[in-house]
Amino acid sequence: MTMNVTKKALGVAVVAALSAGVSTAAMARETIQMAGSSTVLPFASIVAEEFGNTYSQFNTPVVGSGGSGGGLRQFCQGVGENTIDIANASRAIRSGEVANCNENGVNDILEVMFGYDGIVFASRIDREEFALMPEHVFKAAAAQISQDGQLIDNPYTRWNEVDSSLPDQEIVLVIPASNHGTREVFEEKVIHPGCESIAEIEGDACNNLRGDGRIVEIAGDYTETLARLDAQADAVGVFGLSFYDQNRDRLQVATVDGVTPSLETIGSGEYPVSRPLFFYVKGEHLDVIPGLAEYTEFFLNEMVSGYGSPLEDAGLIPMDDEERASALEQFQARTVVNPE
Amino acid sequence: MSITIEQRRQHRLMTIEKSLAKRHRQEKRFRRTGLAAVVTGMTLVAILFVSILIRGVPAFWQATIFVDVYFDPDVIQLEEKPQKVSGESQSAFEERYAAWQSQAGLVNWQALIDSALEDAIGDEVESRQLRDLRALVSSSERFALRNRFVEDPSLLGQTVELKMLASANVDVWIKGNIDRNLDDSRQQLSAQTRAWADQLYDDGIIKNAFSTALFLNTDSRSSPASAGLAGAFMGSLFMMMVVIMLSVPLGVASAIYLEEFAPKNRLTDLIEININNLAAVPSIVFGLLGASIFIGYLGLPLSAPLVGGLVLTLMTLPTIIIATRASLRSIPPSIRQAALGIGASRVQTVFHHVLPLALPGILTGSILGVAQALGETAPLLLIGMNAFVANVPGTPLEQSTALPVQIYLWQGNELRNFFEARTSAAIIVLLGLMLSLNALAIWLRKKFETRW
Repeated sequence: MTMNVTKKALGVAVVAALSAGVSTAAMARETIQMAGSSTVLPFASIVAEEFGNTYSQFNTPVVGSGGSGGGLRQFCQGVGENTIDIANASRAIRSGEVANCNENGVNDILEVMFGYDGIVFASRIDREEFALMPEHVFKAAAAQISQDGQLIDNPYTRWNEVDSSLPDQEIVLVIPASNHGTREVFEEKVIHPGCESIAEIEGDACNNLRGDGRIVEIAGDYTETLARLDAQADAVGVFGLSFYDQNRDRLQVATVDGVTPSLETIGSGEYPVSRPLFFYVKGEHLDVIPGLAEYTEFFLNEMVSGYGSPLEDAGLIPMDDEERASALEQFQARTVVNPE
Repeated sequence: MSITIEQRRQHRLMTIEKSLAKRHRQEKRFRRTGLAAVVTGMTLVAILFVSILIRGVPAFWQATIFVDVYFDPDVIQLEEKPQKVSGESQSAFEERYAAWQSQAGLVNWQALIDSALEDAIGDEVESRQLRDLRALVSSSERFALRNRFVEDPSLLGQTVELKMLASANVDVWIKGNIDRNLDDSRQQLSAQTRAWADQLYDDGIIKNAFSTALFLNTDSRSSPASAGLAGAFMGSLFMMMVVIMLSVPLGVASAIYLEEFAPKNRLTDLIEININNLAAVPSIVFGLLGASIFIGYLGLPLSAPLVGGLVLTLMTLPTIIIATRASLRSIPPSIRQAALGIGASRVQTVFHHVLPLALPGILTGSILGVAQALGETAPLLLIGMNAFVANVPGTPLEQSTALPVQIYLWQGNELRNFFEARTSAAIIVLLGLMLSLNALAIWLRKKFETRW
């Protein structure tokens, strides 16, 4: 039948078009592709743009998101042009992730640390000010606390029940979900120190947060946290310093251990809740994707990520010259992350 | 006989009369409920549109600085732009040209902007105030200045009136999108920058000009003021081309075969059920499928409009097949019988008689399917199209975003005061595109509609 012939021809045409697409895709990719932490994304995007504007011979790199964990998972999928070249991470790579990478043939994982970020607690500007201690946050967030030497389910519903110095506001804490590197820092730098004050709870049990709706986990980015605060006036949210900094007209920041977070207090280490930021370069791609090494070295340039740089304006806490030099040296020596 | 016929009639009439009032009430109630439903729906749509328009329309105009820029030869110390000399090979010339371009990149273009702004303000600007001064203008302007000079080196020594984008925070300040009464520590701009911005605005040097950047530029994070939709628009265009080229022929062909030629048996029943089920599959599932098959197995690139188009094709196919079948079914059997009666073959019947009549319905279905694909976001997030891309894609294989994804990305930008309006503006652009596609569908249907 004519119809069948037409359809066959059509089918052949579609398959031909598809395979043509596949074979062109096998041509060398010329643009650096990265993915990962949404904390690092603004910084990486700014560097990518400046890089594209400065070097006319290279394309502007493409920066995807997906959280530190998501980025590293993509990064470890293998070597080849349909895998990403750089994973941005707001925490160091875990040994399990290195093992996963190695299994898939990604052996040359080059770690580049490029600065610090502070994590702040902020509430709506029209509510009361908070002066938090890690202990307060733990007591407000934990599933169980101790009372008279016994573990009981968390009874607190208002901040002033946790500590009389805190405002008389409903406890609602908006924290990043576990796909974010920020969550790990929140647990390590706030929850665990707060947990130490209670002898009965140890180790992993510290991470048990209450499940009665007073802890809201956000898998998206900070604008979602901000929207939560718009909806629930009493909520206290966990933000990156740079996000808070660009929305100071809506948010007020809480002190932790009596220290107000700022570039200075975080840079000096006085403010306790901060963390280094990283990106991981796939060594196998260095000679394949044009500009990968140049991008990394450009990133570590003082003009880009040092004091007075566009990244500092965007809220990054820069490393000092010595740290930056050693990061650059480590990259240039192609120091590979060890799998343990 | 105690009950006469007349009495029975009376009785019947009374029953009818009694129930009549009740039935009228029922009808009224139904009409009122229907009307209320329509009014509620329309009000909600109106609220949505009005709120988007109120927030988005101002973003089409953007604070822009009009200043005279002097291309100072003392600052631009650059050799002459290389010209191709005879006997020189193309590659040697290109190398020379690239070297010259890198030289041009090292010129302190910001200094030209600084002195132009200083002149406009009319005051001496001390070096410690330089940061405040630079906060006025979008940081992308120094590259724009460089590109302008590289294109036309004869500007050296001349003074040209240029249009420069003010920085995003200046735009926010001038439009009053941030509370102007907040104290210094809560403002994004320093007191000095704010004072200068107000002064320049009063002098008419900063104006709210129509934002061409919104349409001509790609997304930007280092200079948010210049963020635009060009890259996302091209990405969406490429995707729609792929969708139209694949899903329309495939969908229409399958629908014709299933409707006109395929035998009616359990197999075709099964196929029909599956097509209907496919139309109900959440779009994100197609994204997962696309990520594992097109990218993982076939090795197509990440973030490419080709992959996006393929995924959206899968999503659009069932819609088009169903619409086409419905429109084929609505052609009266008499047309087919007449054609067969005068000796046409089945293929001739379908292609010469049925298909032309069904065309308006097929077109409408296809356009609505494509419009739906244009607005789809979820599957694109899974194939890496939610990346930050600062290039305009030249082919469907280059990395790109799409319009709805760009809206999602701007919605998540940390500079809320600026991007809330920008996001609404992008929504207006996307809605405009969708409405024009729908209008096209209606127009085509009206134009080719046949009545019998």
